[in-house]
Amino acid sequence: MNSEFFVISLLNGVSYGLLLFMLSSGLTLIFSMMGVLNFAHTSFYMLGAYFAFTISGVVGFWPALVLSPLLVFVLGAAFERYCLRRVHKFGHVPELLVTFGLSYLILEVVQLVWGRSTVPYGLPEQLQGPLFSLYGTQFPKSRSFVMLVAMLMLVSVWLLLTRTRIGLVIQAALKYPEMVEALGHNVPRVFMLVFGGGAALAGLAGVIGGNTYVTEPAMAGSVGSIIFVVVVVGGMGSLAGAFLASLLIGLVQTFAVALDYSLISVFTSVGMTVTENTFGYPLLKLTISQVAPILPYLFLVLILIFRPKGLLGTRED
Amino acid sequence: MKFAIKAVAASLILVSAGGAFAQKGETVKIAWLDPLSGLMAAVGTNQLKSFQFISEEFNKKNAAGVKFEIIGIDNKLSPQETTSALRSAMDQGARYVVQGNGSGPALAIMDALEKHNARNPGKEVLFLNYAAVDPDLTNSKCSYWHFRLDADTSMKMEALTTFMKDQPEVKKVYLINQNYSHGHQVSKYAKEMLKRKRPDVQIVGDDLAPLAQVRDFSPYIAKIKQSGADSVITGNWGSDLALLIKAANDAGLNNVNFYTYYGSVTGAPTAMGASAAGHVYMVAYAHLNLPGEINKIVVDYKKKFNDDMYTGAVYHAFSMLDSAFVKAKSTDPVKVAAVLEGMKFKSFNGEVEMRKTDHQLQQGLFISKWEKAGGKYPLDSESTGYTFVPVKYYEPYVASTPTSCQMKRP
Repeated sequence: MNSEFFVISLLNGVSYGLLLFMLSSGLTLIFSMMGVLNFAHTSFYMLGAYFAFTISGVVGFWPALVLSPLLVFVLGAAFERYCLRRVHKFGHVPELLVTFGLSYLILEVVQLVWGRSTVPYGLPEQLQGPLFSLYGTQFPKSRSFVMLVAMLMLVSVWLLLTRTRIGLVIQAALKYPEMVEALGHNVPRVFMLVFGGGAALAGLAGVIGGNTYVTEPAMAGSVGSIIFVVVVVGGMGSLAGAFLASLLIGLVQTFAVALDYSLISVFTSVGMTVTENTFGYPLLKLTISQVAPILPYLFLVLILIFRPKGLLGTRED
Repeated sequence: MKFAIKAVAASLILVSAGGAFAQKGETVKIAWLDPLSGLMAAVGTNQLKSFQFISEEFNKKNAAGVKFEIIGIDNKLSPQETTSALRSAMDQGARYVVQGNGSGPALAIMDALEKHNARNPGKEVLFLNYAAVDPDLTNSKCSYWHFRLDADTSMKMEALTTFMKDQPEVKKVYLINQNYSHGHQVSKYAKEMLKRKRPDVQIVGDDLAPLAQVRDFSPYIAKIKQSGADSVITGNWGSDLALLIKAANDAGLNNVNFYTYYGSVTGAPTAMGASAAGHVYMVAYAHLNLPGEINKIVVDYKKKFNDDMYTGAVYHAFSMLDSAFVKAKSTDPVKVAAVLEGMKFKSFNGEVEMRKTDHQLQQGLFISKWEKAGGKYPLDSESTGYTFVPVKYYEPYVASTPTSCQMKRP
C-alpha cells in the first residue's frame, strides 16, 4: 500500500463515515431522548432524497436542501403526534412495531408516487466535478460537500443540545420528565420536536446521499442495518459515540477492500500447504476484501460481547 | 347431389383449414415468475411490463392466431417462492412459464418441471428462460423442458474477448464481480478466454464484492486505479453497476474502459450519464435502436411507460412461440417442444437457432458503446440523452460455445 492509495482511501473512508454519521445521528438522538428505536429512520432518509429530487426539479437544489428536511420534519413530528404517542403507553414493543410498519408504508408510497426505478436525481452544477486532484485521482466536490454538511450538522446539534435553553429542556425532559412537566414545560411537545428533528436529520442526509449515491426505492433497506451497527457500536444514545463509530466503520470498510489476504495466505506464510482438497477450502480462500462490507456486523457482535454499552455509551442496561 | 358435393367440398375445406390452424383462437396463458418486490423489483417490473406490452402487440397479428395472456407472479427472487409461484401458475392453467432473474430460481423451475411433466402426462409445462445466464443450465444441468433465449455468460464473454483481442490498448484487465454464481462465472470465463486469445494481457485484479451490499465503491475504484488497469470487466447489475460507475466518474477514472454485461438495465444508465460517455462497453444480443418491427415496440413502450424496453429476449419468446405454434399446428407444450428443437426463426438480431443439443439459442451478439444519442441511434436510455451505440456485431457462430449437455428426452 503506497502513500497515494493510503491518502485516497483515508479521504474515501472519512467521507463515507461522515455520511453514515449523518444517517445515524438522528436515530441516536431519538433513541437517547425518547427510548424509541425507530425502524423507519432510513425511510425518512429515502423520503428526504425523493423530496429533494422533486423540489430541486421545481425550484433548484439549494432551496431543496432546506425545504426537503423541513418537510420530513413535519412528517416525522406528525407521525409522533398522531401515531407514536398513542402506542407509547403500551410499551416498547408496540412502538417498535409501529415504526416497522411505517417503514413498509413509506416504501410502498414511494414506489407508487415515484415508481420502482431509479430517479435521475443529479447534483447541481456547482457541486459537480472534482474539488482537487491527488496523485491524479480526483476528489469529487460532492463528497467534500457531504463532509462539510456532516461537520456543520454535528456542531450545530451539539451546540443546540448543550448551549441553548431548548437543549437544556430536552436533556432534562429525558431524565426527569415529571419534574420538567411540573416546571411548566410541555414534555410531549418536546418529544414531538425531537422526533421530527431526528427525522429531519435523516432527511438532510437523504438530500445529500441521494445524489452522491443513487435514489431508488431500495436505498432505505440497503443502509438500514448499517446504521443500527453504528448506533450500537457507538453506544446507545451517544452522539459522540455515533460519530466515532461511523468514522471507524467507514475507514475499516474502505481499507479492508485493499487487503487481499485470506486464511490461505496466513497458512502458507507459516509453511502449511493448502489445496482445494483441504477441509473448509471455500472458507479459507475468502479474502478480507471480499468480506469488507460485512465486517461492521462482525464488529457489532464483538462489541456486544465485550462492551455491551458501546464505545462511548453510558447506559449499562 | 349437387348440394351434397358442395357440402362435402365445403366441409373438406373447413376440416383442412381447421387442421392448418388447430390452435387458432386459443388462449395461451404464460406465467411470468420474477421479482416484483425487494432489490430487483425495478428490473422485474420493467420486464413484466415488457411481456404484457409485447403480448398485446402479438395478439394483434400473430401467424398462429392465438391470444397470449400473461399471469405475473412475484417470486421474490427466491427459489422456494418460485416453486410455490409455479404451483399457483399451473393451477391457473398456465402451460408456459417464463423467468429470467437469477439462475437459482431458474434451476428450481427446471427441477420442478422435470418431476411435474413426468408425473402429469397431458399437462406438461414448458419453461422459457429469458435472462438467467448460468452456463450450467444448458450444460451439466440441462433439461428438455428448458429453453434459453438469452446468450449465456460464456457466449457473451466469447464475444467480448473477441472484441477486446483487437483492442491494442487493452493490456491490464481488472475483474470486479458480485460474489455469487454469476459473478464467479464471469470472472472464470474472462480469465480463461483472455488467456487463450491474448496471452499478453495481464489480469491485475480479481475482486468479488458481496451482492447488493456495497454502498460506496470508491475503495474499489482506488484499488483499480492503483493496479494500473486500463480495462475493467464486470458482470455487475443493478445498483452494484450503477454505484461502481458512479464512483469511477467521481474519482475521474476516465482512462479506464468498462466492459459490462448489464449497462442498459434499470439504474445504470442514469448513474453513467454524460460523464461515462465513451468509456463503457456492453455485450448483449440487442440494443435500444434496433431496426424493424422491434423498433416500433421499443418506441411505443417508451411513449407509454417512460421506460426502456431493454429485455429483447421477450420479443424472441413471442416470435419463437408463434412460429412454433404454426409449425406444430398446436399449442400443446409437448408438440411445441418437439418443433422448437433445432428450430430456426427470424428475430431482430438476424436468423437465430434453438440448438437441439442443449436448448440454447444461438444468436448474434452486439458490442455497443455508451455515447450521445442521435443520428442513426436516436433512442436514449432512461432519458439521459445517451445510449449504447453498436460498434461491432458478431455472427452467431463467433459467440457460440460448446455444450456438455446430455439431454434426456421423454
